[in-house]
Amino acid sequence: MTIRHSDLTGSKPGLNPLTLYGVELSSRMLLGTARYPSPQIMADAVAAAKCELVTVSLRREQARGQVGNRFLELIMDLDVRVLPNTAGCNTARDAITTAQMARELFDSDWIKLEVIANDDTLQPDLFGLVEAAEVLARDGFKVFPYTTEDLGAAERLVAAGCEVLMPWGAPIGTGQGLNNRAALKAMRAYFPDTPLVVDAGIGAPSHAAAAMELGFDAVLLNTAIAKAGDPVTMARSFAEAIHAARAAYESGLMAPRDMATPSTPVFGTPFVDEDPTS
Amino acid sequence: MGQSIHSAFKILVNGMMTETTASTLQALLAEQGYGDTRVATARNGTFVPSRVREETTLKPGDSIEVVSARQGG
Repeated sequence: MTIRHSDLTGSKPGLNPLTLYGVELSSRMLLGTARYPSPQIMADAVAAAKCELVTVSLRREQARGQVGNRFLELIMDLDVRVLPNTAGCNTARDAITTAQMARELFDSDWIKLEVIANDDTLQPDLFGLVEAAEVLARDGFKVFPYTTEDLGAAERLVAAGCEVLMPWGAPIGTGQGLNNRAALKAMRAYFPDTPLVVDAGIGAPSHAAAAMELGFDAVLLNTAIAKAGDPVTMARSFAEAIHAARAAYESGLMAPRDMATPSTPVFGTPFVDEDPTS
Repeated sequence: MGQSIHSAFKILVNGMMTETTASTLQALLAEQGYGDTRVATARNGTFVPSRVREETTLKPGDSIEVVSARQGG
């Protein structure tokens, strides 16, 4: 595998493709569509990053409102795959009903399953998450669970039929990066063949790169781009970081060492004489 | 169709107390003016596919959700 100098962003030869539920994606950046200064800036950010999968949601529609239709048209113009979420659901039942409504509205059986336990941390309710995942997977959904690094919960999710796991990096919207790097590393080791996506908490391209260098398959982010001073340039920056770090991972990163090793050859160093007794 | 023969009753539509004479979910959407907006619906917390809205009858106190596509993370 070679990484060409011209391969700077988005979909290009050089990287192994990402396969989620049998669908091949060139981009390893999943992008949220919320909180941008304008719909056009959102669309430009998606295009700049060459994203192929964006998250969307469902919300109450006003009578005589056309907000949903306008947003649907905007999303359809992007010509990307959509991943509806169940954001804001606090119970398995609400999440299941929301997923069913999303399937009809977006004509997709992909669902980013969120069951939220706590409004301050927005951490996943792992019990409700597993319960909802079991029901939805049986009903034919392709479930993308927003979860933690907990390996027991992850095992239950995989057993329920989840072919992708999406552990958080840090609480949603905090931009703290990878709060529990060791646990994420363990998760990668424990599930070598399951696509793992770090979802939430990514604040900077270096955070996304760190996740990719750990061997995570993709990153899902929103706020760090949407709330940037220049979201379009930030989207491109993230895409470049994600691509570079994935390429590095696939190229075989060196293992850290405790002690220094000279990179310049020692043999032939001037003024240094070989010990004749050795 | 046949809405007017029912007397008005109260239900919740997206959390708002709403007086309606609609006998079915389909009639309620028409009465409320959803028109050609692409929406998904639930009744009392359970998903109601669009194909069965016409046969989904409403009762006083029902809680109806009418949702559409939005930005999401």
